[in-house]
Amino acid sequence: MAILINENTRIIVQGFTGKIGTFHAQEMIDYGSNVVGGVTPGKGGQTHLGLPVFNTVKEAVDQVGAEASIVFVPPAFAADSIMEAADAGIKYCVSITDGIPTQDMMTVKNFLRRFPKEERMLLAGPNCAGTISPGRAMLGIMPGHIYIRGNVGVVGRSGTLGYEAADQMRLLGIGISTSVGIGGDPITGSSHRDILERLEQDPETKVALMIGEIGGPQEVEAGRFAKENMTKPLVAYIAGLTAPEGRRMGHAGAIISSAGESAAEKVAILKELGVTICPTPSLMGQTVAEVLAKL
Amino acid sequence: MNIHEYQAKEILAEYGVKIAEGGLAYSAVEAVQRAREIDGDVWVVKAQIHSGARGKAGGIKVCRTHNEVEQAAEALLGKNLVTHQTGPAGKICSRLYIEAGTNIAKEMYLSFMIDRSSERVIMVGSAQGGMEIEKLAETNPEAIIKIYIEPAVGLQDFQARKMAFALNIDSAQLNHAVKTIKGCYRALRDLDANVLEINPLVLTTNNEIIALDAKMAFDENALFRRHKIAELRDNTQVDNREVAAAEAGLSYVGLDGDIGCMINGAGLAMATMDMIKLAGGEPANFLDVGGGASAERTEKAFRLVLADAGVKAMLVNIFAGINRCDWIAEGVVHAVKNIDMKIPLVVRLSGTNVEEGRRIIADSGLPIITADTLADAAEKVVRARNEVVAKKA
Repeated sequence: MAILINENTRIIVQGFTGKIGTFHAQEMIDYGSNVVGGVTPGKGGQTHLGLPVFNTVKEAVDQVGAEASIVFVPPAFAADSIMEAADAGIKYCVSITDGIPTQDMMTVKNFLRRFPKEERMLLAGPNCAGTISPGRAMLGIMPGHIYIRGNVGVVGRSGTLGYEAADQMRLLGIGISTSVGIGGDPITGSSHRDILERLEQDPETKVALMIGEIGGPQEVEAGRFAKENMTKPLVAYIAGLTAPEGRRMGHAGAIISSAGESAAEKVAILKELGVTICPTPSLMGQTVAEVLAKL
Repeated sequence: MNIHEYQAKEILAEYGVKIAEGGLAYSAVEAVQRAREIDGDVWVVKAQIHSGARGKAGGIKVCRTHNEVEQAAEALLGKNLVTHQTGPAGKICSRLYIEAGTNIAKEMYLSFMIDRSSERVIMVGSAQGGMEIEKLAETNPEAIIKIYIEPAVGLQDFQARKMAFALNIDSAQLNHAVKTIKGCYRALRDLDANVLEINPLVLTTNNEIIALDAKMAFDENALFRRHKIAELRDNTQVDNREVAAAEAGLSYVGLDGDIGCMINGAGLAMATMDMIKLAGGEPANFLDVGGGASAERTEKAFRLVLADAGVKAMLVNIFAGINRCDWIAEGVVHAVKNIDMKIPLVVRLSGTNVEEGRRIIADSGLPIITADTLADAAEKVVRARNEVVAKKA
């Protein structure tokens, strides 16, 4: 199983012929992802990396059956590209782009809500490293080789901290069913909770690991969801213990702007909700191993 | 990005929000000149710093003569004002706003912000203005009204009326209140602001509704399309280290500790700083060098961290994904040789080509302490920092 993507998922790259799009499209192809083409408006009809280039996402859906897309379009135009994917009938979209204005993301979320839930495109990101189902498909920019296939589902905001977790688990022989980056922006396509909901449904996933950080309500909402709706154990780490109030720590969304948004407060609430907390970021793998051992 | 009160008021005035008569001054002479231009016999001299709670810090002075205006201006200009929002370092006051005194009949609170839970703009108001909204939320949450705004249609008149009635505005001022509320919303939406706060919004004894204070903060990610807003940036209100970082295209936040950090990725940076704290140290900074850390970028980052004279030891933690550990290692070796580092350096590399990266560090002959894991790196840098402190003592 795995969630969201597998070896058969037909993937297109939006911003295909640009430098970044080209590099990562090749990496995804090398990993074994089923990339079937890409979109660059105005370059339709050309061939790039041996694959067809389309003018619109709709053409890619109609002609090569695209189901998932990855967006490398610059921040000023990324919201438009995401909405184009949703309109064309793409089922799952990952937006890597960092720097999309918050109000553009409000517009995107509002646009997505107009679709009936069963027809609505799922968006992960923006400002994330993407999604990987190890050994099957990579829809992202992560170093694929540090992820091994297994039964831990991962959802996290940060790219490199997610790599750190995957690497710690790999060294302990623990594999991953699917790892989903939801991104570091204030408004994200999917929340921690949205991904946990899917991991709970996935027969292959036995334990979920959530890698959160300061700012916003998502980690606590996910904890509440886990307590009320999840049968699988949830392990969490919240980064940003040393972050001062009111300062943006790199990610646009990593800012403590109201009560309950600091790392210490989130950890306290999650503990109360029965979530297993990793005591330090170097013990993410170890904590997951201990929870797995108890199953 | 934050702006000053006077800048926010100029913007609001363009959107039909009434403000008191006022003017900007950079000197005591200019302050008196502004006061002469304003009718009346009471003037308020307001320190322009990027912080609220200026009154408590002595940054707002009510004056009854031009002489008092001059004295107030001299006392405030060049002064470092410390509020609970500025941190102990405070913020320097180099601009004053001289405003006509207002006869207040009633103080109210009005703000707009992007709410992350509902993913909408939320309008917050209270008939009890003047105090901090956080405190009011604790002591009297029923006194706060919240109205969510649908992004597709924007703020409707009935919502503005609902807010005006909640603020106990008389029917005679209703239309003016609606105009004020809608003007504020349009300013936030049109200019990509994240926050607009008017505290207090006042009803004067002449039955006028005016914004007596105004705070606006803007989305950094939208400044590419808000050139006029971008020009309002005041670097005197930002940590010097952060200004230098922004110019180098690096994401940096200065903190109060003494262990310098250079890490790739915001999440890993925060986690590494957590690890330093858990090992008994305090980070001097947050610094994300980003995905493609070239040799040039690495050297810039090193210089930035070391420009902070308080830094006693430095930690580099890189998880190479797109980039490679051998490239990073070469950049680090190059930077250390170029900069003539005098403090201990701990380097932890992980990810793509890690063996090659470690070999380059080992073969460099430089006194670089290497670490294998996150915990190992944090322990080693805290130990190195403690040795530096012990030696000095």
